[in-house]
Amino acid sequence: MTETTHQPQTQEKAEGAIARFLRSTELDPRLIGMVGALLLIWVGFHFYGEIVLGDGSFLTPRNLWNLSVQTASIGIMATGMVLVIITRNIDLSVGSIVGVTGMYMGLMQVEWLPQYLGLGHPAIWIITAIFGLLLGALIGALQGGMIAYLAIPSFIVTLGGLLVWRGVAFLAADGRTISPVDTTFALIGGGPYGSIGSTGSWIVCAIASAGVIWLVLNGRKNRRLHGFPLRPVWAEWFMGILGCAIILIATLVVNSYPWPKGILKDYYGKLGQEVPEGAFIAHGYAIPVLILGVVAILMTILMTRTRFGRYVFAIGGNPEAAALSGINTRAMTVKIFTLMGALAGLAGVIASARLNSATNALGDLDELYVIASAVVGGTSLAGGVGTIYGAIIGALVLVSLQTGMVLIGFGDGSYRKIVIGAALVLAVYLDIIYRKRIK
Amino acid sequence: MSTNRGTPLVELRDISISFGGIKAVDKVTVDLYPGEVVGLLGHNGAGKSTLIKCLSGAYKADAGEILINGEKVDINSPRDARALNIETIYQTLALADNLDAASNLFLGREIVNSFGFVDETKMEAETRKIMARLNPNFRKFNVPVSALSGGQRQSVAIARAVYFNAKILIMDEPTAALGPHETQMVAELIEELKKQGLGIFLIEHDIHNVMKLCDRASVMKNGQLVGTVNVNEVTDDDILGMIIMGKKPAKAA
Repeated sequence: MTETTHQPQTQEKAEGAIARFLRSTELDPRLIGMVGALLLIWVGFHFYGEIVLGDGSFLTPRNLWNLSVQTASIGIMATGMVLVIITRNIDLSVGSIVGVTGMYMGLMQVEWLPQYLGLGHPAIWIITAIFGLLLGALIGALQGGMIAYLAIPSFIVTLGGLLVWRGVAFLAADGRTISPVDTTFALIGGGPYGSIGSTGSWIVCAIASAGVIWLVLNGRKNRRLHGFPLRPVWAEWFMGILGCAIILIATLVVNSYPWPKGILKDYYGKLGQEVPEGAFIAHGYAIPVLILGVVAILMTILMTRTRFGRYVFAIGGNPEAAALSGINTRAMTVKIFTLMGALAGLAGVIASARLNSATNALGDLDELYVIASAVVGGTSLAGGVGTIYGAIIGALVLVSLQTGMVLIGFGDGSYRKIVIGAALVLAVYLDIIYRKRIK
Repeated sequence: MSTNRGTPLVELRDISISFGGIKAVDKVTVDLYPGEVVGLLGHNGAGKSTLIKCLSGAYKADAGEILINGEKVDINSPRDARALNIETIYQTLALADNLDAASNLFLGREIVNSFGFVDETKMEAETRKIMARLNPNFRKFNVPVSALSGGQRQSVAIARAVYFNAKILIMDEPTAALGPHETQMVAELIEELKKQGLGIFLIEHDIHNVMKLCDRASVMKNGQLVGTVNVNEVTDDDILGMIIMGKKPAKAA
């Protein structure tokens, strides 16, 4: 955000090169700002480590891979929080929903289902995951119903939810920790086995790149069909190549993070073989990261291509106008909170699978990181404005700050909290300045 | 237009609605014929906007009935009103400021393609067409309507009402925020829509606009109807007298 605040000025004068570039590519300057801030944080942590500690460990495949996995559950919830905040609401209960869904999913797959299906039955993970999503959705619907039909402010309903569901999570198993979870279920949390390997990652890379190219071509075709001005050809090429390059680099990174020795031994041991000399098996994309990718795409389609998304923005912009246009704003509120609850349930699946256990503290304080992600990512608390990709980049920024502080030796929590808290306020301040300048 | 012939397009009969014990509208009866502009006049708080919101579906009347082409209808929501080809231009314009012109024009009635996705390009193309007719100078299609001038915002709100083939148009002070040039454009539009056979309820404070644009005028005071007059049979002083004193002139329609 820092670098872009001065650009609107140059636009007013004879259009500068940067302004022309932005207009031609139709890139959101805020997006460039956020990505710039993210890269700055990454490079900053890396070189701080390099210079002060003699070991720059941030920009390594290992750390970036871990970063991607850690971002998954916060990122998934942040996409839902965007909708909640756009419609001028807030959801403080998501962390507790992660906790309560994680606990009941733990009970389901460890204590209930094995009684009927037998331990390790292949259907356990899917029944458990669906149950978790539905439970989250149900809690969300309940809270949404109270907000919409009983007119209790969302802040209060979900503040109550924050306490209630955390309490329920404790009572679910009398504070016990349930571990380990079903082995198939655990794969959803990532880890060496919960990743798709290098071949799978190249396939994902190819599909995603094809998707980018299709988007560029289809966009051009649509504009031509309706006689709208086309982007210059160089800008189309630039966007296509940029998109593919990002996907390619990400794939190269995850494919150059090898399995650790212990896992290699375990893997070849199960095959009855010795570990070959110089064995290299790459992690590839972790499953939770792919889930985040799919959620991000679906949520983006929902927000930009469907009536539902339109109504979310309209309610945020002017609730009265939305109602006068025949939009059932109450039903919309219930749907949005239901979706948020389901996404929190999904985050509960990932968090408990990653931990390989269910504890009642699962997702503690997640609500703050999720809200901060959405806000850092440009979602306005005044309502009406926000993007899915922004929220995910926001989640990446926060998780990067968090892991970065640990890597450079300030991992005891206090410094981390100070930095993240300050970053949140700074990000929103820069955003306010930016919005004032463009007016 | 004083020869009120045949079945009225709209009849509001004995409409009453109260809020917290205060009668905002008290047994008011007005009607509207095709190709006619009926002015609704009165002080602030006289109940004009409230009455009209019963027709546009924003409020539900406590008592009374609404007839469209002589048939009793139930209007419970803005959606019901739109289904009866009743379109409203609200005083506040009721635009979502964060959305562009096309999104506002089609709000609640988006064009979707065969996959059920919003067809943004088609909606923009349609918006460009209707705006070319209503306000040829309009260029700002890709910015949120918060970035538009008062007149431009007004033309978006009008386009929304006109685009969907309204039969009955409700205009709540359409010229209140406009300059003289834009007011003239609205006046011309009202004339054109009248010729097309629409019935228009016009809530208006400016007595000169009333005399110029309306065929009949219904005056309200303290929630009650003072009376309805043919505009060409009375002077503006007569109408002002009705508004201020609640006094009906001798030769009322």
